[in-house]
Amino acid sequence: MGSLPNFGAASAEAGKVDAVFLLITLIGGFFFLLTQGLLIWFAVRYRRRSPERDNETPQITGNHFLEFLWILIPSIVVVVIFYYGWRVYTDLRTPRAGATEVYVTGKQWMWDVRYPDGRTAINEIRVPQGKPVKFILTASDVIHGFYLPSFRVKMDAIPGRLTTLWVQPDRPGRYQIHCTVYCGDGHSNMNAQLIVMDPREYAEWAKGGGEKGREDEPLPKRGERVVGNAGCLNCHAISGKEKIGPNLGGVFGSKVPLEGGKTAVADEEYLRESIVDPGAKVVKGYPNVMPTYKTSLPPEDVRAVVEYLKELK
Amino acid sequence: MSAEAAAAGAGSGYLAERGWRSWAYTLDHKRIGAMYLYTTIVFFLLGGVFALLLRLELLTPQARYFSNHTYNVFFTLHGAMMIFLFIIPAIPSGLGNFFIPLHLGARDVAFPRLNLASFWIFVAGFLVIIGSLVAPMDTGWTFYTPYSARTQAAVTTLSLGVFLIGMSSILTGLNFIVTIHKMRAPGMSWNRMPLFLWAMYATSIIQVVATPVVGVTFLLLAAERVLGVGFFDPSKGGDPVLFQHFFWFYSHPVVYVMILPAMGIISEVIPVFSRKPIFGYKAIAWSSLAIAFLGFLVWAHHMFTSGMSPLANAIFSFLTFFVAVPTAVKVFNWIATLYKGSITFESPMLYALTFIFLFIIGGLTGPFLGALATDVQLHDTYFVVAHFHYTMMGGTVMGFFAGLHYWFPKMTGKMLNERVARLAWALIFVGFNVTFFTMFIVGTRGMPRRYAEYLPKFHTENVISTVGSAILAIGILVMVWNFVQGLRKGTKAEANPWRALTLEWQAASPPDTENFHEIPHVTDWPYGYGTKKA
Repeated sequence: MGSLPNFGAASAEAGKVDAVFLLITLIGGFFFLLTQGLLIWFAVRYRRRSPERDNETPQITGNHFLEFLWILIPSIVVVVIFYYGWRVYTDLRTPRAGATEVYVTGKQWMWDVRYPDGRTAINEIRVPQGKPVKFILTASDVIHGFYLPSFRVKMDAIPGRLTTLWVQPDRPGRYQIHCTVYCGDGHSNMNAQLIVMDPREYAEWAKGGGEKGREDEPLPKRGERVVGNAGCLNCHAISGKEKIGPNLGGVFGSKVPLEGGKTAVADEEYLRESIVDPGAKVVKGYPNVMPTYKTSLPPEDVRAVVEYLKELK
Repeated sequence: MSAEAAAAGAGSGYLAERGWRSWAYTLDHKRIGAMYLYTTIVFFLLGGVFALLLRLELLTPQARYFSNHTYNVFFTLHGAMMIFLFIIPAIPSGLGNFFIPLHLGARDVAFPRLNLASFWIFVAGFLVIIGSLVAPMDTGWTFYTPYSARTQAAVTTLSLGVFLIGMSSILTGLNFIVTIHKMRAPGMSWNRMPLFLWAMYATSIIQVVATPVVGVTFLLLAAERVLGVGFFDPSKGGDPVLFQHFFWFYSHPVVYVMILPAMGIISEVIPVFSRKPIFGYKAIAWSSLAIAFLGFLVWAHHMFTSGMSPLANAIFSFLTFFVAVPTAVKVFNWIATLYKGSITFESPMLYALTFIFLFIIGGLTGPFLGALATDVQLHDTYFVVAHFHYTMMGGTVMGFFAGLHYWFPKMTGKMLNERVARLAWALIFVGFNVTFFTMFIVGTRGMPRRYAEYLPKFHTENVISTVGSAILAIGILVMVWNFVQGLRKGTKAEANPWRALTLEWQAASPPDTENFHEIPHVTDWPYGYGTKKA
């Protein structure tokens, strides 16, 4: 059962949230046994045994002491739970000094990541282990929800606003990011990864801008990697059952029917335009929902993707 | 009660007149109530079909039967139909219309024509909603902006439909408030009113006060889509979070419109089948009003992750916890009523006990969502879906089923087959828990709601849940079949088969159009069970 028995908390704060969860479970468990126990016990014990008893049940219409007690006790219990939940929440909301900042923009349907030094990524956030990291969230179209289950936190990403969320990852590893505010057809595919790296590896990666040692990589190979990292496959399948957009396989060289009745031949320029300005030519029967990659992919990556698409049959 | 009326039996009383005009133009609160019941039950079954399609798709982690878009349309229709066309009107407008005047010892509601108008406005509303299916909604039943302001779906049409439904709800609430104030039989002081009436009174207040807000909200949304006025869309200068405040300012109080009437039914059924007076009458009555009041102060607990200030979050969290107190009082009082009773387990009582059992689980999972630290983790996961279904289906719908079985003899003049009713109950009880308890687990493990596709690690829970939903569906079909059989060939019901003391049981089964030949005089409260009288 994954996170429940071993909890799987990825930070000290997540452990505190789990402690609140456990406390409420224990209190709730006690009241569960008490109330359900009495309910079932009374139902069995006082089932009708003879018709005469129908007219002899005691005329109990209330008991002020008991009623006072069961107003008082729940009131105290809920104040305790409120207080504990609030305290831990306050910890969760107060960022530590010296946090690494990462700007994350939700868009239909991907997470666009920008580091302060200008590096960008899609659906993949790399941070060093043991240092606090602060996510500065916004959205470019509709509201999205930035959810890190292993860290027990989420925050909405809202167009026109900046919201923040911070965590301090304890252990290296890959952690799931989900979108939790319903945002349309690709909502359930709007997943990303938080990759927590050993600090030294992180420093090395940051220096190389993530592209180190890949200069001699063949273009189609690089294109394949970009397609995998840039979230293209959230909405496009290569072949088989279609997702939100058209399949990528065999598109190069084909005649594409467009909205408005025209057709286009899918040559290199068509493919490039479809990546950087997807609204210019919309394929007939598909929603005009793809975001532009104009700013999130450098031109050489776009060229690489085009070369990769040419190879797909 | 006249002997002739009792002897005449089925197809008599208020049901005697035939032909569609006798229904379409009727001013009889019982016929209007019956029309609401038929309509809402049809939408309940339809909403259930959508739920089953969702569960079918969730059998596999990858989309298999429908596209993601179709899945999104299905969960929107499931939610919107269940909320707006079933659970809000079913008990208040259906059973409420039928039984408020009978409980009061009155001949009808205060404004019978307004009552009929409410019904036809409701019909107009659901016809418009059905009309909006030409471009079906894919926004979820919460219509969050900016998504709902941008989607291609017929949001404007649907807004108009919800607006009409809301108007019907306001008029019904208004009618009931005046009826309860003005139409009580001689001798029925407030403290001699059946608890169902107290619950309906609190419900009506919420309907009248909160519903206009959702009407205005949907008008603003329509204005944004049609006229391009930027209320909610930031690209037009609006604020998307404002919509959430407006929406929940209505939609949180309205969950008490859904649950309070069901609690009223439970407060009637438990003493009858325990043959004992209700425990703590005043506490139950006043807790309904307390819940109605507190329900207005907690709306933003749906928005703890929407970027509100931590202080605002803390205040809303604190207030939210106090809804738990009057709710707990009711549960303790019902359980105390059972103590030293002489309990029998006919189908209404089985559903009433099931209500308490499931509602306790729904209630005890509330603090996880009220507490800030855990809500930030669990918000928008399946934990919320489970909590909501335990309170709304385990609570309200079980209360509705209890009411339907309890009052079936009164409404139709026929008895239900008790053995079939118990079989249906057992299937529903098992199916419900298998379906929804699993969702607490998968939600705690981090599965977000409204996902057409999910990570393979959540597969097992989803399969179990789908199997549960099939059992639940079979149970509900058996129950509906039993209703149909009862209507067609049930044995004739006496005026008071459960030996209950509220006034509706003094009328014939089914009641005459006039309800009572002579308006009864009330000399005592209706819970004197266990004495020679009952």
